[in-house]
Amino acid sequence: MWRDAALVAGKDLRVEARSRVGVNQVVPFALLMLILFAFALDSDREVLVKVGPGLFWVAVLFAALLGIQRSFVIEADDDARDALRLSGLDGAGIFLGKAGAVAVQLIALEMVLAVGVIVLYDLRLQSPVLLLLTCVAATIGLAAAGTVYGIIAAGLRVRDTLLPLLVLPVLAPVLLAAARACDAALAGTPSEGWPWVRLLAVFATIYVTFGVVAFGALLEEA
Amino acid sequence: MRTRATRILGWATAVSLAVTAVLALVVSPADVNQKDAVRLLYLHVPTAWLAMYVSFGVTSLASALYLWPRTRSRFWDLTAGASAEIGVVFLGLTLLIGSIWGRTTWGVWWTWDARLTTTAVLLVLYLGYLAVRRVVADPEVAAKRAAIVAIAAFLDVPLVHKSVEWWRTLHQPASLFDERRLLDPQITGLMLLTLLVAVLSFTMLYAWLLIHRFRLAWLEDRAGDRRMDIALAERHAEANLADAPPVPAAAPAAPAVLETQPSLETTS
Repeated sequence: MWRDAALVAGKDLRVEARSRVGVNQVVPFALLMLILFAFALDSDREVLVKVGPGLFWVAVLFAALLGIQRSFVIEADDDARDALRLSGLDGAGIFLGKAGAVAVQLIALEMVLAVGVIVLYDLRLQSPVLLLLTCVAATIGLAAAGTVYGIIAAGLRVRDTLLPLLVLPVLAPVLLAAARACDAALAGTPSEGWPWVRLLAVFATIYVTFGVVAFGALLEEA
Repeated sequence: MRTRATRILGWATAVSLAVTAVLALVVSPADVNQKDAVRLLYLHVPTAWLAMYVSFGVTSLASALYLWPRTRSRFWDLTAGASAEIGVVFLGLTLLIGSIWGRTTWGVWWTWDARLTTTAVLLVLYLGYLAVRRVVADPEVAAKRAAIVAIAAFLDVPLVHKSVEWWRTLHQPASLFDERRLLDPQITGLMLLTLLVAVLSFTMLYAWLLIHRFRLAWLEDRAGDRRMDIALAERHAEANLADAPPVPAAAPAAPAVLETQPSLETTS
């Protein structure tokens, strides 16, 4: 299973590295969102510092949607999904590989966005351990739940409109928990942030397990 | 028979709802603080109960039974869909009634209280489920996909609830809008009786609606199959007609096709 996961993740990351869609389109889109938020909320320093963590995670969430869609678009071309089905790879392994590739890209995106909010919104980082663990737990949850819904919507004519409707309400707890944990970290009260990280960890565990169990069946049906 | 039983259930529901209306509007007393607005309670609580617990509970259970290979059948798939539709309608009503009630008692249409927020997310989750059901696909594939979405949504509900609950308690205690404080001490005697009758009536209403919605879905399903059968039969008939004129045996391929082509067109 792990070997299959590494193969699939390696393949997805190679495709991304060569096509550069992530770097050329998704990252600029996420940075654009940071700028648009500032336009919408007035570039008052105090306001942006206060709402910064929330905006950061909203930007991550929308960029993640693009990443998830992208992850299944590359399987749609040239009937790659059929090839994946016929490859004999373990369903759970394919799930872990695809989710892992999405997670790696999201982590990279979060690092760029973090620099963005520090520069544009003038946020000062504190409690790095809490921030780091929040990012890791939230990213795993995002990638796992996103991959489950990505395969459900993949191959449908309405996938571009259906995926956000399906996945955003499911990800609501992740947005809430990650934003609150970062709030707590930046406000210098990390003790308030830990329950949120635990919630993120529970979310990630549930959806990783769900994906490992259900992905094989979903891939067959897609 | 089934139809007779449903008719009796329908009448019983109608009578029960009428009794609820009389109890709620005439017999039960107005509240000391909320005056007549408290009567919205007898709609708000039963609709919430019907939608969140009964409908979505049945949807989750039926979806699980569909996914379980031994109990897999169209019956559970159609039940899950029918129940979710009723749930979404009544959850929408719950939010609407709650909003009106909130406006009269709290002075606001909406507040970011844990329960309200969870309910709103729940509504969107199940709207997504219904959207998935509406996607045209092979019935088997569509049913399996829908069942998995239902289970995933069900898993999400406790997480949503927990997160919004913490969100509100950690940040700003919304004690002013605490429903429990508003409701708890007052509900006794006649009000409690009214509420119980209302919940019972709405549960019966749910059962009645579910039977009818399920029956409709079942007939639609059957009609779809039948249309397919008829279309297949028609195509077969056409094919037989086309085969009817004797094809010259062992004739050289190309000219024979050219010769028979016009005659085929005239016969069909």
